Amino acid sequence: MIEFRSVTKQFPDGTVAVDDFSLIIPSHKTTVLVGSSGSGKTTILRMINRMIDPTHGSILIDDRDVAGLNPVALRRSIGYVMQNSGLLPHRTVAQNIATVPRLRGVRRASARSQALELMQTVGLDAELADRYPSQLSGGQQQRVGVARGLAVDPNILLMDEPFGAVDPLVRAELQHELLRLQGELGKTVVFVTHDVDEALLLGDQIVIFRRGGVVAQKGTPAEILASPADEFVASFVGADRGKRALHVEHTRGGDIVVDSDGNAAGVLADENAAS
Amino acid sequence: MSSFIAAFGWIFDPAHNVGPDGIPARLGEHMLYTLLTLVIAAAVAVPIGFLIGHTGRGRGLAVQISGGLRSLPTLGLVILLALLLGIGLIGPLIALVVIAIPPLLAGAYAGVESVDRATVDAARAVGMTEWQILWKVEVPIGLPLIVGGLRSAALQAIATWTVAAYIPLGGLGRYLYDALPLRDYPQMLAGAILVIALALVVDGLFAIVQRLVTPRGVSEGRVSEVHDTMRSASGRGAVLAD
Ligand SMILES: Nc1ncnc2c1ncn2[C@@H]1O[C@H](COP(=O)(O)OP(=O)(O)OP(=O)(O)O)[C@@H](O)[C@H]1O
Ligand SMILES: [Mg+2]
Repeated sequence: MIEFRSVTKQFPDGTVAVDDFSLIIPSHKTTVLVGSSGSGKTTILRMINRMIDPTHGSILIDDRDVAGLNPVALRRSIGYVMQNSGLLPHRTVAQNIATVPRLRGVRRASARSQALELMQTVGLDAELADRYPSQLSGGQQQRVGVARGLAVDPNILLMDEPFGAVDPLVRAELQHELLRLQGELGKTVVFVTHDVDEALLLGDQIVIFRRGGVVAQKGTPAEILASPADEFVASFVGADRGKRALHVEHTRGGDIVVDSDGNAAGVLADENAAS
Repeated sequence: MSSFIAAFGWIFDPAHNVGPDGIPARLGEHMLYTLLTLVIAAAVAVPIGFLIGHTGRGRGLAVQISGGLRSLPTLGLVILLALLLGIGLIGPLIALVVIAIPPLLAGAYAGVESVDRATVDAARAVGMTEWQILWKVEVPIGLPLIVGGLRSAALQAIATWTVAAYIPLGGLGRYLYDALPLRDYPQMLAGAILVIALALVVDGLFAIVQRLVTPRGVSEGRVSEVHDTMRSASGRGAVLAD
């Protein structure tokens, strides 16, 4: 469990990125932080592994204040995946994945075989092991980034817009891969995104921010969709546009589900799909 | 043309290839002085350059000091220090070190700085110490530029040691200064040719080293890197347009 207790972060230039923020992030679940640009999501994420230290308040991991932990040791125990992968350009895929295990003193050969296993876990062909990041597609690079994040078998995985820079098809593929992985591994995932659909798909708990790092609403996807706290949330999740207010329309071809704009959103499956 | 033939005749004359003022001895002295200069200058400039490049602090000051050092008149500095410290190696050595510092410093900080800050940030976020970031990320990726600094410092030192032979010292410059009063033009030209040849060979060797130290993933990646940046830039644009 990760707990934020009245955390404030003011940068030296005076910007208050996060103001009196409190949140409990349950273990083995995915918590998604979603909100517009500049709302403090990255700042919050990076305070967990002490890439940024708060000005006020405290962050606890399993009831231990991170301020008392060695930042390097803490970071090595937490997976971190970011946009544009952040891979080391001069190291091969396998070497990138093995970075942290090697820093921790794992022998080269066993770090490599573990890296190859992880490549399989994230759906990468073992043939790519000796390529350099620049020789991979954006989607492949992100998979390597996820594999590197998992390399020390961390309890916590921080993901900052990991799929933000890949095209929509690849993004959908990576999202489903992550869901599958999370089903198997049950990490405590903290996931940052701009994309509400991504948040609704991946999150067990969703925190929606408005500008200035203020929490607009938090809850499960169902809670947020069913009862948006205010107009901001409603417009953010698209409920006001009727984008998610679906109804069934009977056509000659069968029953289809239509949104309020009259656009087809899907078909109604025969059996009691609504339950 | 005939003077060149005379100069080459001088170079290949067996009499000029033995003894304390023979070509191997003078060449050896010149290379030794140059090496000594580079070792001392690098010991001073490279750590400072790494510090500036890694922390991003002190760059303005370094640029100013380097500019100041660069604008010092070379021969004047050599002679001044020789007068202050007496005839011998120490005076010109200090002058040469001062002259070699700016390119080494610039190469060191430019090399470290050239590494994408996002890469450095990622290295830190996965748990590298600052020391590991420097040695495992910034130095290997920036090495071609760092070697580039060494390359220009070496050429500068080779050229300036020729001039510094004015203070009675060894090195290939001796041939110029010894021949001048005697109007021995073949010897002067031979000295000049030897210095130029040394500079060209050293430059060529450094060019090869620079290529060898360019990390594979970095040299091969240029095109697709540009491609990726453009793609993510347009992706961001789309988000803003939403
Ligand atoms: N190092 C810094 N110094 C000063 N201000 C900063 C710094 N880092 C972030 N900020 C500011 O803090 C605020 C929150 O930034 P943050 O990066 O956390 O936002 P974000 O929600 O992650 O945005 P995005 O979705 O664009 O990534 C912004 O106003 C930003 O300009
Ligand atoms: Mg961010």
